[in-house]
Amino acid sequence: MPRSLPGRPRGSWIGRLLSTRRRHPLAAIAVLVALMFTCGGAYAALAPSTSQNVQAASSTQIDEGRQLFAVGCASCHGLNGEGQINDDGEVLGPSLIGVGAASVDFQVGTGRMPLAAPSAQAERKPPAYDQDQIDALAAFVASLAPGPDIPDAEYLDTSAGDVARGGELFRTNCSQCHNTTGQGGALTNGQFAPALTGVEPRHIYEAMLTGPQAMPVFTDETITPEEKRDIIAFLESVQDEPDPGGLGIGRAGPVAEGLWAWLVGIGLLIGMATWIVTRSSKA
Amino acid sequence: MSTIVNGAGKVVDFVDQRITASNWLKRNIRKVFPDHWSFLLGEIALFSFILILLSGVFLTFWFKPSMAHIAYEGAYVPMRGVGMSEAYASTLELSFEVRGGLLMRQVHHWGALVFLAAMSAHMLRIFFTGAFRKPREINWLIGVTLLVLGVAAGFTGYSLPDDLLSGTGLRIIEGGMLAIPIVGTYLSSFLFGGEYPGDDIVARLYPLHILLIPGLIIALVTAHLMILWYQKHTHWGGPGKTNHNVAGAPFFPIYVAKAGGFQFIVMGVIVLLAATIQINPVWLWGPYDPSVVSAGTQPDWYVGFLDGALRVMPPWEFYIFDRPITMSVLIPAVILPGLILTPLALYPWLEQKATGDTREHHVLDRPRNVPVRTGIGVAFIVFYILLWIAGGNDFFATILEIPVNWITWSIRIGIFALPPLAFWLTKRICLGLERRDRDKVMHGRETGIVMVSPDGEFSELHAPLSQADAYQLTWHERQLPSDPGPATDANGIPNPNYRAKRVQAKLSRFYFGDVVQKPTREEVEAAHHNGHHDAVEAGHRDEITSGQQ
Repeated sequence: MPRSLPGRPRGSWIGRLLSTRRRHPLAAIAVLVALMFTCGGAYAALAPSTSQNVQAASSTQIDEGRQLFAVGCASCHGLNGEGQINDDGEVLGPSLIGVGAASVDFQVGTGRMPLAAPSAQAERKPPAYDQDQIDALAAFVASLAPGPDIPDAEYLDTSAGDVARGGELFRTNCSQCHNTTGQGGALTNGQFAPALTGVEPRHIYEAMLTGPQAMPVFTDETITPEEKRDIIAFLESVQDEPDPGGLGIGRAGPVAEGLWAWLVGIGLLIGMATWIVTRSSKA
Repeated sequence: MSTIVNGAGKVVDFVDQRITASNWLKRNIRKVFPDHWSFLLGEIALFSFILILLSGVFLTFWFKPSMAHIAYEGAYVPMRGVGMSEAYASTLELSFEVRGGLLMRQVHHWGALVFLAAMSAHMLRIFFTGAFRKPREINWLIGVTLLVLGVAAGFTGYSLPDDLLSGTGLRIIEGGMLAIPIVGTYLSSFLFGGEYPGDDIVARLYPLHILLIPGLIIALVTAHLMILWYQKHTHWGGPGKTNHNVAGAPFFPIYVAKAGGFQFIVMGVIVLLAATIQINPVWLWGPYDPSVVSAGTQPDWYVGFLDGALRVMPPWEFYIFDRPITMSVLIPAVILPGLILTPLALYPWLEQKATGDTREHHVLDRPRNVPVRTGIGVAFIVFYILLWIAGGNDFFATILEIPVNWITWSIRIGIFALPPLAFWLTKRICLGLERRDRDKVMHGRETGIVMVSPDGEFSELHAPLSQADAYQLTWHERQLPSDPGPATDANGIPNPNYRAKRVQAKLSRFYFGDVVQKPTREEVEAAHHNGHHDAVEAGHRDEITSGQQ
C-alpha cells in the first residue's frame, strides 16, 4: 500500500497536525477530553484496590441493599427482615434475622426468591437481580445479625476435592432425597429435592450451610468445609462422567429400564414376530 | 461332492442302525406348527433365556460372590479407596476392566427384563385365547411356576452385585419376612445367617441364581415343550381348521428355519439394546451400606408391583400377646402375592367349574367371544399396572411434577375402583364387537353407498359377506349358560344335586348370560330373505363392490 512513502518519518504527521490545527474551534475541547481521560485513567490505576476498602464500600452496599429489600422483599419479610405472620398463623415470610449472607446469595442467586407464587416449594428459575444487587441484599441481611457467610473461594475449588470421599459423604447424607447421583427426588406433599445438575458450586455449598426449605442444615461441625468441597467435587465428576454403557436414559434406574424393556424390547420383538409370520406360505 | 454326501450318509446310517431313530424322526420331523405372531411370544422368552444363560456363564468367570470387605483399587477412579464388598468390586471390574464385560452385563440384564416381559406377554396370550383349557392345564401350571422362577432368578441376580439398590431390595425382603408372625424372625436369621445383612447372603444367593433356579427353569421348560409337542399346538379356527387337526407348516424345514431365524432376531434385538442403552450402572449407585437408602430406589419391573403394594398400603399394626402384627407389611408383601398367584394358577379349573365345560379344546377363542374372561384379564392388567405405577410413585411424581401423595391416594382409590370399571368396559366392548360380527353375518358388510328412496328415506346398502368371511365370524361354538333343570322331578322328588347345579348355573350365567350369540342358520336365512328386495334392487352394485375386493 503506497500510503506512507518510503523515507518519510512516521511520527511527523502528529506534529504537523498539532501545529496546523492548534487554532481549530474544537481544539480546546479535544484538549479537555484528553486531560479528563488522563486524570480518570490515573485515578483508576492509582486508587487503592477494592479489597482494602470493603468495609468502607459495604456501608453504601448495605444502604443499596436496604433499598432493594424495601422494594422487592419487604412485602413478605417485613421492612427490617423481621418476617410477617398473618392473624390466622400463616407465615407470609419468615424472619431473615440471622440467616446470613449465604442464605440470601442462595435464595436470590438461584432465582428461588422472590417467589413467583406461593406453592409447596420455591422453584429454581433465572435470578431476578444481578450479582451486584444480590451482594447488596446479602450485605443488608447480614448486617441485621450475624449468620453464615458466603463461602471462601478455596472451598469451591473442586479440583482440590477428593471425589471418592465426596461420593461416600453424598450417599450417606444426601442421596436419601437427591438420589445417588443428584438426580433429585420427590418428598411429601409436593415438596421435592431438586436435581443438582448444573448448579453452581457456591450455591450447593450455601444450600448445605443454610438448609433451604425442606433441606436440613449441615453446619461446618457436621460436614467440614473441606468435606463440602469433596461433595461438590463428586457431583461435578459424576455430572461430567460419560455413560460407558450407551444412552443414560436419565440414569433413573429400574423404572425407566422396565419401560424400555416393554415398549422398545418387547414392542420391537412383537413387530418382528408379526413380520416373520407375514412371510408365510399359507398352509 | 458325492463323496461328502456318501460320507454323511454313512455316518447317519451308522447312528441309525444303533439307535433306530429314523422312525421316530419320520414321525416327528413333519410335525405341524400353526403360524401366528402371538404364538411366537413364548419363543421370545425361550431365546432370551438361552442368551441369559450364555452371558451369565461369561459373568461367572469374573464375579466373586463374596461379602469380604476390601478397599477398592480398580480402574474406576471415583471409587478409589472406597470400602466395599468383593462382589461389588468384581462387578466394577467386570464393567470397567474386563473386555466386553460391560456389554455382557448389559446383555444379561436386558435379557432378563425381556425374558420376564416375554413370559408375561406369552401368559396373557394363553389366557385371552383360552389356550389353557383342557388338556393344557398342566402346561398352564408349569408356565405359572416358570414365571415365579423367572422372578426369583431375576431378583437373586439383582441382589448379587451388592450395590446400593440390591442391598435395599434385600432389606425389603427381610422386612417382608420379619412381618410373618412367629416364624418371620427365624426365617430371616436362616436366610441371612444371623442379623441382617451379615456376610453370607451374596454367597447364598449365588448358587441359587446360577445353579438351582436356572436348573429348575431348564427342567420345566423342557417339560413345557415336551407336553406342547405331545399335545400339539393350538390354532385359530377357520376353513379346514378344526378341533381334530392342526393346520400349519411342518417342523422341518419350514418351522426350524423360521424359529432359527427368529432366534437370531431375538438375540440381536437384546444385544442391540445392551450395546446402546445403559442398564443398572452400579458404579453410580455405590456400594451397599445398610445406613443408606437413596431416593429413586426401585426394583426391576417384575417386582415393581409388590414394591408398589408396600408403598400404597396405609399403616396398620396391632399387638397380640405383646407381639406386633404388622399388617401394613404382611398384606402387601406376603398375602397379596398369594392372592394373585393362587387364582392365577387355578384359573383353568375355576373357569371349568363356572362353564361346566370338560371337553378338550384345540381351537382358540377369539377374546371377544368370551367377554367375561377377557374382562377379568383386562381388570387384572389394570390392577397390576396400578401397583406398578405405585412402585415408581416417586419417579412419576418427579417426572410429572405432581405431589407424590396424590399418586399414592389415586392408587389407593383406583386399586378398588378401576379394575371393576375395566372389567365392565372390556365386557361391553367385547359384546359390541360380537354384535357387530352378528350384524355382518346377518346383513352383510356396509358398502358406504347411501340410497334415497322415492319417499325420501335414506338407507345404506349392505353387501353380503363371502362364505369364507362369514365362516371366519361363525366358526366358534355357541356358548349358552347351563340350566340347573327342575328342582324336583316329575314325581315331585327333589333333585339332590339341585343346589350345586344352581350355583354352577349362576356362574355359567355370569360367564355366558350376556354373550351375543352368533346367528343360527334360520336367522341368517330369514335376514337374507328380509333384505331380499334390497339385494335385488342393488344387485349390480353388490357385484361391483365385491368385484373390487
